[in-house]
Amino acid sequence: MGALLRAVIRRDLLLAWRRRSDVATVVLFFIIVVSLFPLGVGPEPDLLRKIAPGIIWVAALLACMLSLQHMFASDHADGALDQMLLAAAPLGMIVAARAFAHWLISGLPLVILSPILAIQFDLSPELSPVLTLSLLLGTPILTLIGAIGAALTLGLRGGGMLLALLVLPLYIPVLILGAGAVDAASAGLGADAHLLLLAAQLILTGTFAPWAVSAALRISAE
Amino acid sequence: MNQPILLAGGVNVFKYAAPQTFYPLAGKLMPWFFWTAALLCAAGLYIGFFVAPTDHQQGEAYRIIFIHVPAAWMSMFIYVVMAFWAGVGLIFNTRLSHMMVSALAPTGAMFTFVALWTGALWGKPTWGTWWVWDARLTSELILLFLYFGFMALQAGIDDARRADRAGAILALVGVVNIPIIYFSVKWWNTLHQGASVSLTSAPTMAATMLSGMLLMALAAWMYSIATALHRVRSIILEREQGAEWLKHLPEATK
Repeated sequence: MGALLRAVIRRDLLLAWRRRSDVATVVLFFIIVVSLFPLGVGPEPDLLRKIAPGIIWVAALLACMLSLQHMFASDHADGALDQMLLAAAPLGMIVAARAFAHWLISGLPLVILSPILAIQFDLSPELSPVLTLSLLLGTPILTLIGAIGAALTLGLRGGGMLLALLVLPLYIPVLILGAGAVDAASAGLGADAHLLLLAAQLILTGTFAPWAVSAALRISAE
Repeated sequence: MNQPILLAGGVNVFKYAAPQTFYPLAGKLMPWFFWTAALLCAAGLYIGFFVAPTDHQQGEAYRIIFIHVPAAWMSMFIYVVMAFWAGVGLIFNTRLSHMMVSALAPTGAMFTFVALWTGALWGKPTWGTWWVWDARLTSELILLFLYFGFMALQAGIDDARRADRAGAILALVGVVNIPIIYFSVKWWNTLHQGASVSLTSAPTMAATMLSGMLLMALAAWMYSIATALHRVRSIILEREQGAEWLKHLPEATK
């Protein structure tokens, strides 16, 4: 089983490496969306400091969603997905490995970039790690929930917009808890409760989402 | 799916899982539900507008409760019913269950919208604002998004079988998420602004008010069942077009 997981992750990372521009697009989108907000709401540092976690989180949400369309589409087109469905190994494990690889490509860069963006918004040095930690816990949930949407909308016309419609309402708890962690820390309440709830949701989605994604993939690939 | 599950009276439940046996049954039941809904609605509105006393705090404006609360109840309940039928459809592979899910969704979305709309109309005179980011309002809005997502997914898939099953998975994922969404919105709200508006500490209700509201809630139930049956009949006709049994229907031979 370990060998299978490693092989799937290695394959996806290799594919991503061969198409580096796709990864760069997501990261650039994230940076540009975050940079738009100060231009929209004005440059007052106090205001920006207050809305920074929300903005960075919303941008991360959108960037994650944007990258989801690539998750199964090319495998569906070239038949690799059918091979995965036929494989003797449990589909849930393959899906979990793929979701992890996808997170490494599309989620982790956002987590790594967030401290730099936090500096842009003059977020205090105590709060910046909380933001990074909340993103570290939250972005895998986004990938896992998004994978369900990506599997359901596989190969549909207008799949991108439809995917957004399906997935964004389900992202709301992650957004609330993630951005709320930073707000709570800045209010002196401590971010523990929010981060623990995020971790709980990560465990919950990590357990059930691969299962739902497998079922959705079987339906879509029929 | 083939081994019969017998109810206490010896009725095979799965007999009515076939569209061709359910279609005439639904046709027979539908008018009963419609008329019951109409009668209950008339009785509920009469009590609500003429019998129930004026609220000493909110004046006449509170009377929107007779539409608002039943709509809000129904909006949440229908989603759960949809998820139930989606689960049944996935487990037993019954087409009719999936059709029922599709038939319920527009009614659920309609009630959600009505709940939000009447809530805004109620909020203006009592709270002084059309909308507050209160936990209940926000989660009701998200519920509306979930309904829209479900309907958009089904509309986006041409193959009926795939649309059914994809929608069923989405409904089940949604119903698992509803408590998570509700509680996260609740915590978010208490952290941000505190409970500026509390709906829970409503004054104890006069018996006539309560009975009017319950009558309206029952009317909403009957109406939902009637419209769902009506819509499921249309879906059956659409899906089964060309089937032999359709030609032998009384309305076809007339």
